[in-house]
Amino acid sequence: MPEAKAPPVTIAEMNVQIQSAPGMEDLRKNEVVFDVDDVTVSYEGDPAISNVSLDVYKNLITAIIGPSGCGKSTFIRCFNRMNDLIPSAEIDGHIEYHGEDLYGPKVDPVEVRQRIGMVFQKPNPFPKPIYDNVAFGPRVLNMPGSLDERVQHALEQAALWDDVKDRLKRNALSLSGGQQQRLCIARALAVEPDVILMDEPASALDPIATSRIEDLMHDLKRNYTILIVTHNMQQAARVADATAFFSVDRTEDGGRTGVLVEYDVTHKIFTNPSDKRTEDYVTGRFG
Amino acid sequence: MKAAVFRAFLLLSLAVGFVTLGALLYDVFSKGLPLLDGRLLTGLPSSLAEEAGARPAIFATIEMGLLLIAFVVPIGVGTAIYLEEYANKERWYNRLLEVNIANLAAVPSIVYGILGLAFLVRGLGLGRVLLAGAMILTLLVLPTVIIAAREAIRAVPSSIREGAYALGATRWQVVWRQVLPAALPGIATGAILALSRALGETAPLIMIGALTYVPFNPTLLGEFTALPVQIYDWIGQPGDDFRALAAAGIIVLLGIVLTLNAVAILLRNRYQKRW
Amino acid sequence: MAAPAAARAISLERSRFRPGELLIRLLLGLCALVSVATTIGIVVALLQPAIDFFREVSIVDYLTGREWAPLFEPPHFGVQPLLVGTFVVTAVACAVAIPCGLGSAIFLSEYARPRVRGFLKPALEILAGIPTVVFGYFALTFVTPLLRDIGIQVEIFNGLSAGLVMGVMLIPTVASLSEDAMQGVPNALRDGAYALGSNKLQVATRVVVPAALSGIVASFVLAISRAVGETMIVLIAAGQQPTFTWDPRNAVETMTAFIAATGNGDVPRGSIEYKTIFAVGLTLFVITFVMNVIATRLVRRYREVYE
Repeated sequence: MPEAKAPPVTIAEMNVQIQSAPGMEDLRKNEVVFDVDDVTVSYEGDPAISNVSLDVYKNLITAIIGPSGCGKSTFIRCFNRMNDLIPSAEIDGHIEYHGEDLYGPKVDPVEVRQRIGMVFQKPNPFPKPIYDNVAFGPRVLNMPGSLDERVQHALEQAALWDDVKDRLKRNALSLSGGQQQRLCIARALAVEPDVILMDEPASALDPIATSRIEDLMHDLKRNYTILIVTHNMQQAARVADATAFFSVDRTEDGGRTGVLVEYDVTHKIFTNPSDKRTEDYVTGRFG
Repeated sequence: MKAAVFRAFLLLSLAVGFVTLGALLYDVFSKGLPLLDGRLLTGLPSSLAEEAGARPAIFATIEMGLLLIAFVVPIGVGTAIYLEEYANKERWYNRLLEVNIANLAAVPSIVYGILGLAFLVRGLGLGRVLLAGAMILTLLVLPTVIIAAREAIRAVPSSIREGAYALGATRWQVVWRQVLPAALPGIATGAILALSRALGETAPLIMIGALTYVPFNPTLLGEFTALPVQIYDWIGQPGDDFRALAAAGIIVLLGIVLTLNAVAILLRNRYQKRW
Repeated sequence: MAAPAAARAISLERSRFRPGELLIRLLLGLCALVSVATTIGIVVALLQPAIDFFREVSIVDYLTGREWAPLFEPPHFGVQPLLVGTFVVTAVACAVAIPCGLGSAIFLSEYARPRVRGFLKPALEILAGIPTVVFGYFALTFVTPLLRDIGIQVEIFNGLSAGLVMGVMLIPTVASLSEDAMQGVPNALRDGAYALGSNKLQVATRVVVPAALSGIVASFVLAISRAVGETMIVLIAAGQQPTFTWDPRNAVETMTAFIAATGNGDVPRGSIEYKTIFAVGLTLFVITFVMNVIATRLVRRYREVYE
């Protein structure tokens, strides 16, 4: 399992890391958390993503990159069944979570979402005290044990405890943008998930807040599996172990759909991609 | 030149409304204020103007108001929650439901009176009782409450719902713990405005027989009269004394109605969240 | 800290059947059914006795007869006096409400500064919140004597006082809906006209009002509908004499006043007089329903254009 190293800062450091970096065969030795098999998601018949297959591995950070409109958000929302909330959405294909069909007939989306948490692009804390934000998940799920301890533990993991420990009763909206996002991460952690999905978690934040979130991700991946959607290639290069590049394809009737182009260890995607489309995107020729 | 005349016409249009309002308030207060005393508020009605009071009517109005809130808020908010959070809006029956509510909001109040006469008083055999009055007023303002509650619920950003769902909350948990608390000020404003309107209604209550001589305190299943109906009765009595009594009763009614309106508007302004 | 998720066994995702959720969905659906039941109730309450009525009285006589005297011997069931009475009062009301309401709306939307608007709009809401019985009182005890004082020969009960007061009551209805429609017109349209050198009068009348027209007309239709359905003002001030007259200075009886006056007495159930309540009620309902449908279509049209 790759260790959590500090992200490289200089080109020299990056070169060193590349030479000693693992390849995809090494990653595949890890446990498979999600097995995505030929998944197509359509809204009212129009496929947003088509025939995507890949495996997500445990305790890694996997990034999903690509130009806008390639279905990255749609894809990530499959994992915690958030697309269920959209009546016109249909999903074909299979996603297995630790070997179990995520969309099986007896599967309860509530159970799914407790194990697979999500952090959204724009921080969305509840308009309630900080404490109640973090405590919301354990309360609705009736988790046993001390609520205070859970809240503190979650806030510590999200590197927010020291900032807020004296003002837990203050409204969450009084926090800064970066703090709000870390609160949302704490909120997600409080229900003790297995996986954390992040849909462009830092795109609404300033660079300093962004780098704090990225440091946090490095810490979290020891205990959680993280899947992150980002339109920021440098961010993917900084944090992700594996990267999946999506692009837009034309469908038979002239529409657009997202497809998986290449999926490999991050350094390979960015320095030596196999597909020309990937190369065009990461070198900035388009997208 | 034309512009100045036009502006004058616009100001005149505004003036018509406000001057009338001013004249109305002046007329009512000048005739009614002298009679606004304990006897009016605590006395029983009588065929003699010097002795008449409106206590049963005021009590009935207050009781109906309480019943109204108890009925209309659960049903109205429940319907709004159903339409906004649970219903699939593509289905024809849900669309029909929405159209139906919009139509009911515009039906004249006397038609609700006819409904009450046909079903509650005679059909269900309730008779001309206070409970029937409260029920008819509930049906009358229900569409307005539903519409106000829907707007308040819709104003809650979907990002909050998504955040709650993503944590593993069920639909009802999301509604009860996040959506309703956030929508509460808007719902309360709508309910209070509906109450204010209902308490001023006369026609439906006349139709279900509230225009009677009620020299006793009203009970739930007994005959009753309400403040607007009492006022109407006094207007119809011959003589200036009863007209003055009517004016005094109007002051009380206006006091109730305008206070409720003011509370609702204060609530709206204070809690208007900018999402 | 130890990884809690890894320590916990990944158990099967059993679907915990949640009876609570189902029960709640059922209860909410029942709430929604109340409004459906209301409509069905109104329709049944009106139709049944009305159909009975029209078995005894020919619908042609009803619609074309000019005498309304259900209690006379022989009885006359021509509804036209009531229709004309309603029309007269409505016409007077609209003659007041439409120009004043539209003028107020134009002022609020195009001329008034925000502070002035902030004061005037709540003031209009006060006008809108006054119970109709109060307006009826005002029409009878203030307006009628006032009209006589300035030389207009009105009867004690007359359609003119009722109509005028009803018109003032409806000013907020016209004003608020028209103002909403005008506020919905994008500023870009106004700016374009101002940039070409137009003054406020021209911008208001040539740009904004035409752009907001369907919303404005919707407000007129809504005001008409409310005037037709209004009861207390006419019951108190217009009279309960169903004379066929186009002159508002006479006493008139509207459909609503007839229903209220008859429904309040002790009318024997099943008598022909009792059934007249429902026949007239049905007529009233149909008229207001049609107008409401028209108003809704118009509102939808202006919303589509700009939102």
